[in-house]
Amino acid sequence: MIEVLDLTVGWGDTRLLENASFRVARGDVFAILGGSGCGKSTTLRFLTGLEQPLSGSIHIDGVGAPRLVEGRPPFGVMFQHGALFGSMTVVENVALPLREWTRLPPDVVHAMARAKLRLVGLEGAADKLPSELSGGMKKRAAIARAMALEPELLFLDEPSAGLDPVMSAGLDELILTLKRVVGLTVVVVTHELQSIFAIVDQCILLDKETRSIIARGRPSELRESGDPRIHSFFNRTAEAV
Amino acid sequence: MASAELAVPRAALIPGQGSSARRLIPLRGELRMRDADALWPELSAAVEEIHDGTVTFDLTGVSVMDGGILSLLLHLRAVLAERGARLDLFGANERIAALIELYGGNDRVARLVPKRAEGLVEQVGRATVSVLDEARLVVEFLGQMVVAAVNVARRPRTGNWHDTLPFVEKTGVDALPIVLLINTLVGFVMAFQAAKQLAAYGANIYVADLVGLSVTRELAPLMTAIIVCGRSGAAIAAELGTMKVSEEIDALRIMGFGTVNYLVLPRALALLLVVPVLTLLADIVGIAGGMLVASISLGVSRQAYWNETLIAVHPHDVATGLIKSAAFAMTIALIACQQGFATSGGAEGVGRRATSTVVASLFCIVLIDTLFTVLFRALDV
Repeated sequence: MIEVLDLTVGWGDTRLLENASFRVARGDVFAILGGSGCGKSTTLRFLTGLEQPLSGSIHIDGVGAPRLVEGRPPFGVMFQHGALFGSMTVVENVALPLREWTRLPPDVVHAMARAKLRLVGLEGAADKLPSELSGGMKKRAAIARAMALEPELLFLDEPSAGLDPVMSAGLDELILTLKRVVGLTVVVVTHELQSIFAIVDQCILLDKETRSIIARGRPSELRESGDPRIHSFFNRTAEAV
Repeated sequence: MASAELAVPRAALIPGQGSSARRLIPLRGELRMRDADALWPELSAAVEEIHDGTVTFDLTGVSVMDGGILSLLLHLRAVLAERGARLDLFGANERIAALIELYGGNDRVARLVPKRAEGLVEQVGRATVSVLDEARLVVEFLGQMVVAAVNVARRPRTGNWHDTLPFVEKTGVDALPIVLLINTLVGFVMAFQAAKQLAAYGANIYVADLVGLSVTRELAPLMTAIIVCGRSGAAIAAELGTMKVSEEIDALRIMGFGTVNYLVLPRALALLLVVPVLTLLADIVGIAGGMLVASISLGVSRQAYWNETLIAVHPHDVATGLIKSAAFAMTIALIACQQGFATSGGAEGVGRRATSTVVASLFCIVLIDTLFTVLFRALDV
């Protein structure tokens, strides 16, 4: 689904990741992992075309190199803090891409947006403004908006952070069901170990010091790694990467 | 049973017949969101005449369906329920059945309850209550400002003095070029408009009286306040509003700061110091603008113009303008800070409060100007 070759991520003279290569298979939940400040969210900005690589290439099936162009978006993105439009209600936020990129009547668009909100457990908050939502609710509303056009590829930046354990487990379940039912491919940046072990098929672990990928594979396999940096990350011990 | 091919690729739908019979509508193929635009008219047309009985969508031939299409079907089910008909989904494969469960497709159909439109009287009533509430909040805020100012006056060490000077620079020094330019042009334009009429009566010299009195008593304070309101008032409201929505003001409160003392008084004091000074400078350049026109197009020498200005304009004329300007400054500070503190709702809320600040301040400035003009007239000042 995504092929990344020799990608260098950063800005100006700052390099967060150098010459990184990895593949995301269609239908996988793929996680970008690492300690704080290692460039996980920044890498996501490059994968989604918000930034252009300093070197290397990114290829997404059906899209090519991600570039921001006007038109129906080829994938959905959930930003770390939701990025909901404060002037619109929650349901209007979710309906916005449907209104813009389909020719469906307004009542149908509204019903579809509500269905998406129901999916993330927010049907009761449809007519609220984002400022009236908790952090976790904003994230769920943002996921509903990212999924409004039923993309085959979804990028999620810290989806579980700030959610209570029950809600977090519900979100994991939702991602797994969508993956199973509609073959959704998900690229997720997360710290939540429970989520990682529950939903992630493949992952890469970024390292701030070496500015490289220091591990790749299934989380359950990486947990058994002999490398202390990898072991400490997956076993939540003090010697974190 | 009639059959019809849909325009949608890989999908087909065969509507049943008879108005009250059990109708079976088979769908087949891959049903994805990208086909929604074409599929929806077909689906809604297929059930358009149905007002009773049961319609069954047979999903046996559907290999893939995404949430977008399923939500279309569920919306159709709600629409049919409103009409008194029932829609069933039948023959879904395991994956689609899971999706139906996820979207609550097996739950009881909720009736669509249209919202009642608000009547004119209700709208006017709500708007009136809202305006009165806002006015009450402004008065309350004024009270808080006065209390904070009295406390600082009693214990000057508790004041946030080090923030005052930067605000003086931002609201005063930085505004100087635009204030001087606009007030010069105001004096210039006034003299220019009056020149022809005065020349017709041979009263050229009185342009100095006209410009001098108008500028010092009315135009310089008013124009300066309008510029400061648009420039600094909106900026203060936006700055405090952003601090409010990003919880910075709450953080200050938690850390034990008196927010009115810490945030509002430096801004209010800065405006109170700056606006009269700007007004005084505006008086000078306004008179200079008039002098320029008089010397060019009315043949009045600069010395004669200046002498006539000194005869016409008394210190109390300038003082009334400065008193007004101080009142305008306090009004702008009060409204801008109150609006900033009342902000909610993110970026849109900040924009709305900045706009309200400018509109409410302009209204109050003109209102106060009118009151002062009447008062000064009554006192024969």
